[in-house]
Amino acid sequence: MQTKAKIAVNLLPLGETAIFVEFGKEIKPETHYKIKSFTDYLETHPFPGMVEYVAAFCSVAVYYDPLKVKTMGLADTKGQDVSVYETVAVVVRKILDKLEYSTDPAPRIVKIPVSYGGEFGPDLDYVAKYNKLTAQEVIEIHTGGQYLVYMIGFAPGFPYLGGMSEKIATPRRETPRMSIPAGAVGIAGMQTGVYPISTPGGWQLIGRTPVALFCPDKNPPTLLQAGDSIRFYSISPEEYAAYGEENQ
Amino acid sequence: MSITVVRPGLLTTIQDLGRYGYQKYGIIVSGGMDPYSLRMANLLVGNAEGEAAQEITMMGPVLQIEAGTLLAITGGNLSPVIGNTPVPMWRPVYIKKDSVLRFGTCKSGCRSYLSVAGGYNIPKIMNSKSTYLRAEVGGFQGRALQAGDILETNNSPEISSKLLRKLTKHDPEGAFSATPWYIGENPVPLGSGATTLRVLRGGQFDQFTSESKSRFFDEEYKITSKSDRMGYRLAGPILQLAKPSDMISEATALGTVQVPADGNPILLLADRQTTGGYPKIAQVVQVDIAMVAQLKPGASVRFQEISLREAEQLFFEREKAVEQIRTAIHLRWE
Repeated sequence: MQTKAKIAVNLLPLGETAIFVEFGKEIKPETHYKIKSFTDYLETHPFPGMVEYVAAFCSVAVYYDPLKVKTMGLADTKGQDVSVYETVAVVVRKILDKLEYSTDPAPRIVKIPVSYGGEFGPDLDYVAKYNKLTAQEVIEIHTGGQYLVYMIGFAPGFPYLGGMSEKIATPRRETPRMSIPAGAVGIAGMQTGVYPISTPGGWQLIGRTPVALFCPDKNPPTLLQAGDSIRFYSISPEEYAAYGEENQ
Repeated sequence: MSITVVRPGLLTTIQDLGRYGYQKYGIIVSGGMDPYSLRMANLLVGNAEGEAAQEITMMGPVLQIEAGTLLAITGGNLSPVIGNTPVPMWRPVYIKKDSVLRFGTCKSGCRSYLSVAGGYNIPKIMNSKSTYLRAEVGGFQGRALQAGDILETNNSPEISSKLLRKLTKHDPEGAFSATPWYIGENPVPLGSGATTLRVLRGGQFDQFTSESKSRFFDEEYKITSKSDRMGYRLAGPILQLAKPSDMISEATALGTVQVPADGNPILLLADRQTTGGYPKIAQVVQVDIAMVAQLKPGASVRFQEISLREAEQLFFEREKAVEQIRTAIHLRWE
């Protein structure tokens, strides 16, 4: 449903070239929906001098060029001796005042094929043992969930996902791996995620997807965006190999 | 025209002013660590200020350069020479004969910028020529330069043709000719004293113990060897939160000083991650980033708080100064 409830925020400078807009203090879908409504608006109505934004779990940073904001003379503060930051703060508050947000949006659903276990998921058995489950049960639980992409960060297209069942929650590895391949699907505590590029990391690896999450030549360059909803489905190693050949 | 890499040096990458608009996808900004020197190198050869240049780190490369190239070297002084003749910095230099340009001892600063008139012929990826090393995209094949690489350069911009005519005329001897005029260097810190960096308070400043807050401003921090394009790890008084807090990841910015659980601050620079989960004690003002980029491991810094209005004022003054230099350079060419 659409709600007209006013979106309350805290505003704070992030240096002299960005404003930090805090929507809440805890990770929950409702905070995310407010953020999504704000960033959707910025996508279509960037204010003069705005450079870009970064959305996180509970906040959005909006970066701006102070000189442009100053010389564009945003109408709201004309004639008054205020800082560029205060000018941007007025603009942000005006945007938020007229925004509505939906508490049950229809997200874009992205289905991600995963080959679980074996060489692709060397920690699947550990995750099963840790949770007193069979490997098959871990796969069923992991593919049974729907995961909200709260934010993208850490690496290009790396999704911070909410919604994993605590039945398969597993602490990070004591010794991180020097290199985790692109496409690796892992679990760290209560989180699950997919690695878009090869990086070092301590996640428990349960499988791998043949789908590219980072495509620098495409626009947008990443498969996932904040606000998407993900479902994983299980494929065999043969299907994994075939997928790679079809998409080269 | 082209430049062939004979030896690549420690870390030579192609960088412009950064990749903006993609941080929401988790794609870092990258770009020149010292944006001021990069802009100056471009203005000196008639390029748009945001054109890509070579960023040369501490131990520079050996480059084979074709006759007819107009270039400029700015930033830290890494002793560039052609033959036995030092190549003057902070001014346009016209290469008259095929030459080998070598960089030697690091005399001051840490990073040099080498621009060529017209810029390097390198495709833009996500609207930037900057090298994103970790993701292996952008710049020259997504990586640092290696021996044998050939950098093609674009045609010189119209605007530099007058200057070219002047430079080709005088000084018939020698492999290159340079203008007698030059632009003033960025105040690259020399000597042994600590460099003062001006900061604003970070978002979690108030959450630190009062002892941490006062020591942060009163004492010096040393730049450790664990420092790179992503950020400088600093060593000095340990900074602690008054009560432990499990911070939720949020956006970072160029110049953010964040403090991991071990209490040693990290100053985030060009290759910073877009988001981070550490409390931010301070934010180095943008005009001081160029200075930071020229500090080597082992150098010391001191943090001084200023107001947001002052930081904005410094930003405007810097842009005004750049504008004046741009005008002055164009007048010299007439």
